[in-house]
Amino acid sequence: MSKAQGPKNTQDKKGMSRRNFMKNTGLLAGGLVGGGLFGGLITNQMKKQPATDKKPATSENKDMEARTFFSKTEDFETISAATERLFPEDKLGPGAIGLGVPYFIDRQLSSDWGSNAKEYMKGPFPQNQEAAYYEDQSKDQNKQGPNSVTQVAAPTPRYQTRMNRGEIFREGVKTLQATAQSKHKKKFFELEGEQMDEILTMLEEGKVRMNGIHSTVFFNLLLQTTIEGAYADPVYGGNRNMAGWKMKEFPGPRMGYLGQIEDEEFAVMKQESLRDYQEMWG
Amino acid sequence: MAKKLEKVDVVVVGSGWAGGIVSAEAAKAGHKVVTLERGKPVDRGDYVGVKDELRFSDRYEMMQNLAPETITSRNTLDEEALPVRTRNEMMAGTDLGGGSVHWAGATYRWRPIDFEIRSKTVERYGEKKIPEGMIIRDWGITYDEMEPYYDKWEKTAGISGEPDPLGDKRSNDYPNPPMKESPAVRLFKDTTKKMGYHPYQVASANLSQSYKNPDGETIAQCMFCSYCTEYGCDFGAKSDPLVTVIPTAIKTGNCEIRTNSLVRRVLHENGKATGVMYVDLRTGLEYIQPADVVVLGAFSFTNNRLLMLSKIGEQYDPVTRKGVIGRNFNGQFNITFLGARGFFDKKKFNLFMGAGALGGTLSDFAGDNFDHTDLDFINGGGIELRQYGHGPIATNSVPKGTKGWGPEFKEKSVHYTNRSLVAWYTPAVMSWWHNYTSLDPTYTDEFGDPLLRITNKYTDHDKAMAKFGIEKCTEIMKNMGADIVDPDSIPEEFDHIYDGGHYAGGVSMGEDPETSAINNYLQLWDMENLFVVGGSAFPQFGGHHPTATIGALSYRASEGVIKYLKEPGLLTQPKKQGAKA
Repeated sequence: MSKAQGPKNTQDKKGMSRRNFMKNTGLLAGGLVGGGLFGGLITNQMKKQPATDKKPATSENKDMEARTFFSKTEDFETISAATERLFPEDKLGPGAIGLGVPYFIDRQLSSDWGSNAKEYMKGPFPQNQEAAYYEDQSKDQNKQGPNSVTQVAAPTPRYQTRMNRGEIFREGVKTLQATAQSKHKKKFFELEGEQMDEILTMLEEGKVRMNGIHSTVFFNLLLQTTIEGAYADPVYGGNRNMAGWKMKEFPGPRMGYLGQIEDEEFAVMKQESLRDYQEMWG
Repeated sequence: MAKKLEKVDVVVVGSGWAGGIVSAEAAKAGHKVVTLERGKPVDRGDYVGVKDELRFSDRYEMMQNLAPETITSRNTLDEEALPVRTRNEMMAGTDLGGGSVHWAGATYRWRPIDFEIRSKTVERYGEKKIPEGMIIRDWGITYDEMEPYYDKWEKTAGISGEPDPLGDKRSNDYPNPPMKESPAVRLFKDTTKKMGYHPYQVASANLSQSYKNPDGETIAQCMFCSYCTEYGCDFGAKSDPLVTVIPTAIKTGNCEIRTNSLVRRVLHENGKATGVMYVDLRTGLEYIQPADVVVLGAFSFTNNRLLMLSKIGEQYDPVTRKGVIGRNFNGQFNITFLGARGFFDKKKFNLFMGAGALGGTLSDFAGDNFDHTDLDFINGGGIELRQYGHGPIATNSVPKGTKGWGPEFKEKSVHYTNRSLVAWYTPAVMSWWHNYTSLDPTYTDEFGDPLLRITNKYTDHDKAMAKFGIEKCTEIMKNMGADIVDPDSIPEEFDHIYDGGHYAGGVSMGEDPETSAINNYLQLWDMENLFVVGGSAFPQFGGHHPTATIGALSYRASEGVIKYLKEPGLLTQPKKQGAKA
């Protein structure tokens, strides 16, 4: 998926360079100026979307499929099994594992987000009823407010623990494994689907004791990252082959839809990724 | 030891609409201005080619780094406040242009009643209509006096819109025609018109055509690309400080903008501000920037906290109900923007297209446009249907009763991706004696200074308004033909999620220094060469989105700053309003 690995001539093949885009849409003929006014000059030309030809099959790129956070295969398999229960494969398309969600999560946890680089992590971290209540109240109403409709649809983790997200996941994996062991004397990923669901529901409802954190917080993080991994740009390791977007008929980033915004009919388009979009800008 | 720099006429803290407008106006008037911005320098190029939902909407690329500083939050006076630790729970913009760059662009003027809420409520419904503990007041400025400033801001920003059929007197039309109508917006407008309401297109800072503003800045035409709210615009088609007032300020040659510069104190002597102390966040070195006038034009939280850390003005104490700094905290949280979601099995909309301010709205239940005699609340709000253009991570709405994960969730969330619409109510929020800001006794920032603490809880009044809005939106959504209509539920209590940026007050405007911090030029009663500009000035929240009012107040404050530099002194004389106000 990295640019370096793709064929050097993708731009020519796909006709996707910014220059070609503008030529195709008649912008060059109009005597286009530089970036500054670009937006103002694209008007009805935007009715035409840039043509997409075949792109290199990103699933061929196996380099994304290596772990950078979870050291033990068993831990990774535990998380993988859990995400697949949250977002299963069905007739619509792949589930979490098929979409590469476990690799997405693995990468996110080794990023600055996973180590809470931009979150307030100073103490004290009280472990009293108030903090527990706070962590537990992340239910229905947590996404109301202006702009909330643009946020991931999973409940917001309410955060009062001293652990960062990576550490929460490590504890979470242990909790999944320990609960599977004590209830069924098996590894989590060896359980029947319904048995896994039962354990996940216990976590969701805060019925499993975890150290230093309410289990709901871990569950919400797991659900949040699973949804993100299914639908984030493929550059992050999930949404493999843009299959998440295909299920939702989401086209990916585009210059705009000025010519289509008024149309009654639903616009079906080929998926394009951030890489395609950046290539268009050149 | 802080290094003392050369004195300037005006030092401005913050570079969003508030700080940006004052910087531009003071510089245009020939004054030497230094503008200090804590975030990094950015320009439009930083937002080109980066349409990435995860990075901006879910990892909050444009929001403040909370590691060095956040706020703490609690509901009641007897609780210990806990820090709001993550950016999922706290939205405050940063970098050059501030939160005004990631905004959506929905533009509303507030109504005459918003500015005279106490006197007009008493006039129409009697003193008893205002419940005990509600500390609303008139602003000390009327809609008619605000009108020229609204007009000026709309022209700077190139607002694209049509007049509200139930709106108030305007000196001019919007400078640009309204945005195009999508089928979802059309359905909302056609339906509500049939219901006897007065819908119109949301006035927008996503421009309907390319436009040159009176300062000579060009703003491009919106492409409906959908990467809008929480993003910078890669076409320069969303009006923000980066394409308007910041270049205007710079080209005068009178304004120097210093980024990575975090202001930690307003310095003062004998009741006059002498300048500010700030830190260059790259080197850690401290500087003193002396100035004749100090303007706090930062986010409301920062404006509040800087006054408290600098020991300026009397801190509000909810027990004695004395003091003004921190009083009248208000804002729109999870009890606002409630309504109903409709699921359409037979219709499909292009919901991945859109713009931050694309939408339909109506004012039939805003302000005092409807009779409140038999209602247990005052004021009101707009009802909107917006088409932001949703990314696939966000669009996972499923009908109530659907499990939030697993096979049923997947099937329904995919099915309804382009088949679900929301109508919501944007109610005004009144101020109460128990909602306020102060410094936290426990938690500190990276320098050891106390964090700002918010104490905020909901009242029966808030719940009554929310219920009313939900009912109206539910009726609309049913009439729009949705197969399933899910009304929102009313939260029991404020959940400490600071989402959306509509948090205000604490350094509020009024006529009486006993109850207000600033006068109607946004000049501090207690320190006449200090102006505190932005949403922090709202004594209570109006029933529509706040940005136009912040823009208008910033032009008003600019006029005050320029007047003051000509002839120092209090620009408005205080009046006695009484303790209730």
